[in-house]
Amino acid sequence: MKELSVSHLLGIKYLTTEDIELIFETADHFKEVINRPIKKVPSLRDITIANLFFENSTRTRLSFELAEKRLSADVVNFSAASSSVKKGETLIDTVNNILAMKVDMVVMRHPNPGAAIFLSKHVNARIVNAGDGAHEHPTQALLDAYSIRESLGSVAGKKVAIVGDILHSRVALSNIFALKKLGAEVKLCGPKTLIPKHIESLGVSYEPSLEKTIQWCDAVNMLRVQNERMSMSYFPTTREYAQQYGLTLDHLKALDKQIIVMHPGPINRGVEITSAVADHPQAIILDQVQNGVAIRMAVIYLLAAKIK
Amino acid sequence: MSQKVLLNATEIQIALHRLACQLIENHINFEHTVLVGLQPRGVYLAERIKALLVDEYGIKDVPLGYLDITFFRDDFRRSEKPLEANRTQIDFIVEGKKVVFIDDVLFTGRSIRSALTAIQSFGRPEEIELLVLIDRRFSRHLPIQPDYRGRQVDAINGEKVLVRWEEKDGEDAVYLVEQ
Repeated sequence: MKELSVSHLLGIKYLTTEDIELIFETADHFKEVINRPIKKVPSLRDITIANLFFENSTRTRLSFELAEKRLSADVVNFSAASSSVKKGETLIDTVNNILAMKVDMVVMRHPNPGAAIFLSKHVNARIVNAGDGAHEHPTQALLDAYSIRESLGSVAGKKVAIVGDILHSRVALSNIFALKKLGAEVKLCGPKTLIPKHIESLGVSYEPSLEKTIQWCDAVNMLRVQNERMSMSYFPTTREYAQQYGLTLDHLKALDKQIIVMHPGPINRGVEITSAVADHPQAIILDQVQNGVAIRMAVIYLLAAKIK
Repeated sequence: MSQKVLLNATEIQIALHRLACQLIENHINFEHTVLVGLQPRGVYLAERIKALLVDEYGIKDVPLGYLDITFFRDDFRRSEKPLEANRTQIDFIVEGKKVVFIDDVLFTGRSIRSALTAIQSFGRPEEIELLVLIDRRFSRHLPIQPDYRGRQVDAINGEKVLVRWEEKDGEDAVYLVEQ
């Protein structure tokens, strides 16, 4: 051991397999910590972290904030809705102003792909990408893969299907990178209009039928249809989408094996997943949320270790 | 690099028996006492002490846990070597209990300081004692002393005390190594 090969977490694409394994091992320890009566360790008490959210988020923001606080870091929050961004300030100016107040690390969500990478080249702080447009959402992919490892024992050799709106999904892209690096097989499923062209070049396959996909896989990750990012119609109606690509209890019952069902949230019950499936024992959606805090603690801890 | 034997297998065995007896003297039947081995190297000593108490001295059962102090250390980002965590396993409540920390070597006292903070995550112990196999005198950075010690050693700063255990390293021995 063991240090990360990177100074920022910009995307899974830039991590090595060893980096991902180190993050998982560290997260194992933090998972034990967050199940203690007192869920806090003092490691980062001299570190200040700014959470900059230029796009709405509930889960990710809360998860990052809890992770930071459980490491004893000082935390400042910022959301675009109530900031000077509306007054015309540029991203670099906004961040440099925050850094002038002696902030060591920036966790940022931004609607533009590449925003985190851009920032890492222009400001002097560790950057954690909490989602940049339709590009990457690395901590989500890490916690998804970590949850698969926890439920199925390992990620290598497992068959993982990602179903739904792949085109607008940063979760899908980061998941593909993470799962491939860890040695899993990945299949995408969804309406052809929501599958990016040339996605096979990333080493994944495509299957239009949901039934065939879940027959094949050990774990299925159901993505939400991101209506807010759609500028045109990609499928006729939400109802038709739900009929073709919504996961139901009948789907699970028809299988002669038990697959695990994941969802990065927020769930649209009755669209990509029915209530019965979302609350089913095979659904590990809330385990994913718990693992999210441990994974984010691990990422922040390992990045902070490199601040000298 | 030269090394000198401080304790051989027989001497370690004698010291372990003495430490076990001293624990019994203070804790009688261990009704309100728990043992906590400090990761990574204190756990072997803790397991030996527990085995002696149960097998040789007829103590019914002594709860034994393992405490990792990595995230509580005061040299995070200051040390050249990255800190590597180990497993913590404490399956009992320490609230109101007498806790005995067990570690192989007491040197600067900083690990014990971290352990004192770390154990608070599991409740408020009634009291905490410290048992070590080797107490390195004259090297403390903090006002921390052991309650039970196997052997006191005067070692200078360039020297290192190396404790080896049969189950991990293939032999029971304590060496003083000159670097």
